Amino acid sequence: MSTTHMNAHVAHDEHHDHHPAPHNVFGFWLYLMTDCLLFASVFATYAVLFMNTAGGVSSKDIFELDFVLVETAALLISSITYGFAMVCAHNRNRAGTLLWLFVTFAFGAVFICMELYEFHHLIEAGNGPQRSAFLTAFFTLVGTHGLHVTAGLIWMAILIVELLKSGFGSRTVTRLSCLSLFWHFLDVVWICVFTFVYLMGAV
Amino acid sequence: MSNHSSDSHSTSGHGSVKSYLIGFVLSVILTGVPFWMVMTHTFANGPTYITIIILAVIQILVHMKYFLHLNFSEEGKWDTYAIMFAAVIIIMVVGLSTWLMYAANAMMM
Repeated sequence: MSTTHMNAHVAHDEHHDHHPAPHNVFGFWLYLMTDCLLFASVFATYAVLFMNTAGGVSSKDIFELDFVLVETAALLISSITYGFAMVCAHNRNRAGTLLWLFVTFAFGAVFICMELYEFHHLIEAGNGPQRSAFLTAFFTLVGTHGLHVTAGLIWMAILIVELLKSGFGSRTVTRLSCLSLFWHFLDVVWICVFTFVYLMGAV
Repeated sequence: MSNHSSDSHSTSGHGSVKSYLIGFVLSVILTGVPFWMVMTHTFANGPTYITIIILAVIQILVHMKYFLHLNFSEEGKWDTYAIMFAAVIIIMVVGLSTWLMYAANAMMM
C-alpha cells in the first residue's frame, strides 16, 4: 500500500508544474472575497458608531500609537517570513519551510498576545465593549481581525505538524498557498485597521 | 536558499525572495510615514487625513502585487477580477452606509 502511495507522490511531483492545483487556490480566494465583505460591514459599523461614546472615552483617549506600531511591525515581519517559507516550499526545501513557518508563527503569536494585552488593559480600566457603541464597534472590528489571525495560527500549527511528520505530500504546497493568501489578506485588513481606526482616531 | 526555480515560476503567482524584499521595504516605508505623521503632529489635521488615506491605498496595492501576487496573466487574472468586484461592493457597503447614517444624523439635529 505504501509503495503505491509513494509512487502516486512521485508521479504527482513530476507533473507538478503542469498541475499546480490552481482551482483549489482560486476557490479559497473566492472565500476570502466573501470574508472581505464581512470586514467591510464591520468597518461600516465602526465608521457609523465611532463618535457615539456615551460620555465615556473616545478614540483619542485610549489609543497608544507606539504600542500599535510594534503590533503592526510584528504582523508585517510575519508576512515577509511567510513569503520566505513559500519560496522554500516551492523549492521543496523542508527544513527551510519549517524554519520560516516557525518564525512566522512566533511573530503572529506576538501580535495576538499584544492585542489580548490591549483588550485586557481596556476592560480592566472599565472600557469594555459594553461601555459605549464606540467601544462595541472597536472590539468587534479589532476582535474579528484577531480571531482570523488566531485561526491562521492554528492552521499554521497543523501544517507545521504535517510537514514534521510526513514532509511534502502531493497537496502540501497547495495548502501552504491557501494559508499564504489568508495570511497576506489579513495583513491587508490590518492596513485598513491601523489607518482608519488607530491613526485617524488619534489625529 | 536558492530562488532559481521560483524565479522561473514568478509569472504563475509565486514570489521570489527579491520580490518579497521589495514589497517588504515599500511596506515598511508606507507604514512608517503615516505613523510618524500622526505621532509627531508635523502637519495640520486635514492634510494628515488625506495623506494617510492615500498611503494606505498605495500600501494595499503594494501588498496585492508583491505578497498576494495579483496580476493580469492568463492564469492569474480571475483572482484580480474577483477582488476588483469585491472592491466595488466594499466601497458601496462602507461608503453608502456612512453617507446614509451621517445624512440621517444631520437631518435629526
